[in-house]
Amino acid sequence: MYEIVHKEALSPNIKLIEVKAPAVAKKTKPGQFVIIRIHEKGERFPITISNSNKDEGTIQLIFAEVGKSSILLGKLNEGESILNLAGPLGNATDTKDYGNILCVGGGVMVGALLFQMKVLKGSGNNITTIIGARSKDRLILIDEARKYSDDFYVATDDGSEGRQGIEFLKEILQQKRFDHVFTMGPTSMQKIVSEYTKSYNIPTTVNLFPIMVDGTGMCGACRVTVGNTTRFACVHGPDFDGHQVDFDELISRMRFYNPNEKIAMVLYEGV
Amino acid sequence: MTAIKSQVDMPRQEPNERIKNFDEVAIGYNAEMALEEASRCLNCPKPQCVKGCPVEVPIPEFIKLIKEGNYISAAKKIKEKNSLPAVCGRVCPQEDQCQKNCVLGIRGDPIAIGRLERFASDWERKYSKIEKQEIQFKGGRVAVIGSGPAGLTVAADLAKLGHKVTIFESLHAAGGVLMYGIPEFRLPKEIVQYEVEYVNSLGVEIKLDSTIGRLATIQELFDDGYDAIFIGSGAGLPNFLIIPGENLKGVYSANEFLIRTNLMKAYKFPEYDTPIRVGKRVGVIGAGNVAMDSARCALRLGAEQSNIIYRRGRDEMPARIEEVENAEEEGIHFEFLTNPIRFIGNSRGFLEKVECIHMKLSEPDSSGRRRPEPIPGSEFTIELDTAIIAIGQSPNPIIQQTTQGLETTRHGTIIVNEDSMETKIPGVFAGGDVVSGAATVISAMGAGKLAAKSMHQYILSKKGILQ
Repeated sequence: MYEIVHKEALSPNIKLIEVKAPAVAKKTKPGQFVIIRIHEKGERFPITISNSNKDEGTIQLIFAEVGKSSILLGKLNEGESILNLAGPLGNATDTKDYGNILCVGGGVMVGALLFQMKVLKGSGNNITTIIGARSKDRLILIDEARKYSDDFYVATDDGSEGRQGIEFLKEILQQKRFDHVFTMGPTSMQKIVSEYTKSYNIPTTVNLFPIMVDGTGMCGACRVTVGNTTRFACVHGPDFDGHQVDFDELISRMRFYNPNEKIAMVLYEGV
Repeated sequence: MTAIKSQVDMPRQEPNERIKNFDEVAIGYNAEMALEEASRCLNCPKPQCVKGCPVEVPIPEFIKLIKEGNYISAAKKIKEKNSLPAVCGRVCPQEDQCQKNCVLGIRGDPIAIGRLERFASDWERKYSKIEKQEIQFKGGRVAVIGSGPAGLTVAADLAKLGHKVTIFESLHAAGGVLMYGIPEFRLPKEIVQYEVEYVNSLGVEIKLDSTIGRLATIQELFDDGYDAIFIGSGAGLPNFLIIPGENLKGVYSANEFLIRTNLMKAYKFPEYDTPIRVGKRVGVIGAGNVAMDSARCALRLGAEQSNIIYRRGRDEMPARIEEVENAEEEGIHFEFLTNPIRFIGNSRGFLEKVECIHMKLSEPDSSGRRRPEPIPGSEFTIELDTAIIAIGQSPNPIIQQTTQGLETTRHGTIIVNEDSMETKIPGVFAGGDVVSGAATVISAMGAGKLAAKSMHQYILSKKGILQ
């Protein structure tokens, strides 16, 4: 059992929790994830780790309440526990000094990106950051992200805060020369970022979260085509070269269980 | 010469009933049947059966106890050597092991040793309680990685010898392939958990959610004070065909299909949260036990037609004959000498059909195996909504990747000294599928038994107890 020692709401449907898991906290590095299961009949699902505190023995998880399992997780309060939590899984991000880097984050993954940025900053990188969300009320961790950035921009799809849309990423790429790009966020956003940076030939690291069951290489549900080769996000990733990833296939695969998820939600909300 | 009585049949669920449920197919002997079957045992002065058992079960002794009506004592007698009798009684290929050697088999049916083992252990589970065993700690601390058949065997054997054992299991339940791989209708999960509880009662600690290689490395386990380490991480990485369309929606690895079904109980969705999608027409690629399990699960999950697609012929199928018979009885359809060459999907990325080519078997090569060869121009398609790739598994790479000095083959299996199961790193032992490649439950247990013996010696000499 893994106790939730702190919980806060970052936006109407985005929650941040700190979970007691000392052994996991000790080993966690940016880019890695945990697989959790909330109750005896629950499913296993991955969440990217957005921070670890070795002294307190806690890890931080940020998630959007979008399906039955994440809603159940969001209902757990401080003092309550998560039944199972395995990690840190996946390979850590290579956080060396690249020089000038651009970090593009969106949605709940801004937390995990911030974790990357802290370590990348420590390695000596000059960081330009773009944080995006659908609208102003969904932007999270803006002040913290600004703190670790040398240049900082905000963008929303509806223009309610900062610049409007992802289009303006092109401007940034034209204005400045980057040695490397990191992106974490919705898969469709990572796809667009990768397409843009490819035309400027800037190496781009994406962080993928396909459907997973075990998270340790056993099920193969998380297979992703990278450079015409099938790779498992859990043991070969979750970081990949964004220019090599077949995003359309990935996005299609991620929707496979949508009908089942709808059934689960209807039955859950009906109760 | 008196005629040999034939083996007592084991009652089973009728095929048309059982394909609608996940309950156990084989129902098991009752006491009357067990007594009758046991009474056939000749109690040979030089029993041959025992020689066929990789875990040294005292077969004539436990059968004698059944004959005397001492069923619980019979189970305890088995457990002196084998900590997982209810599992072995169900999934061991006895026909190739103990029963193959039974002298009755020369002129008739061998004793149904597996069925009797199952009977005794089921009886014990029903009519007695697991009691915590008080074993004096007089050895060392042992870390066992993986709680599958190999790991549980190593842990139980070393605990009985007085070592303090901790098992690290990556998943949320102990049992490894017994939990995630073998379906409920062949091996009920409640029974696996009972056997795990028995290993627990020997003083073995089981840490779940612990992926060694990620959470801690082998070196870090030594730093934590473990004297010896056993790697039994299994063959968990599914192999794929590497043909076009394999990532279409509706194409599963057998591992994913079985993990969802067995470990996560997707057959009870939405009572259980894990979903699974099975179409009307299912094709399972491969013909081993995992393929049979997948095809039979698919039927129970609502498939109208469940096919085995295999590139060799009937005689070459690696599955146990009993499992093939079970599958056939249930209406599984077999496409032999057929090899998939590409999966074809619709515009929305869902599997629609598989293109295959007919094969023929060439003359046996130097290894004696007949290689399948494609027949040019024989391509044809089979309509499928769901495909399940069951062509084998490779060892899980996480530990190998994170452990310096651990030598592996090009297939990723760990290299050990076969007499001791010790790896190239002193104090680190390995066994089961991670060494042999995907094999049987009982061979993993045999390897575990051998490893436990050498680990015992290793710890005693390390601690200076053994001169």
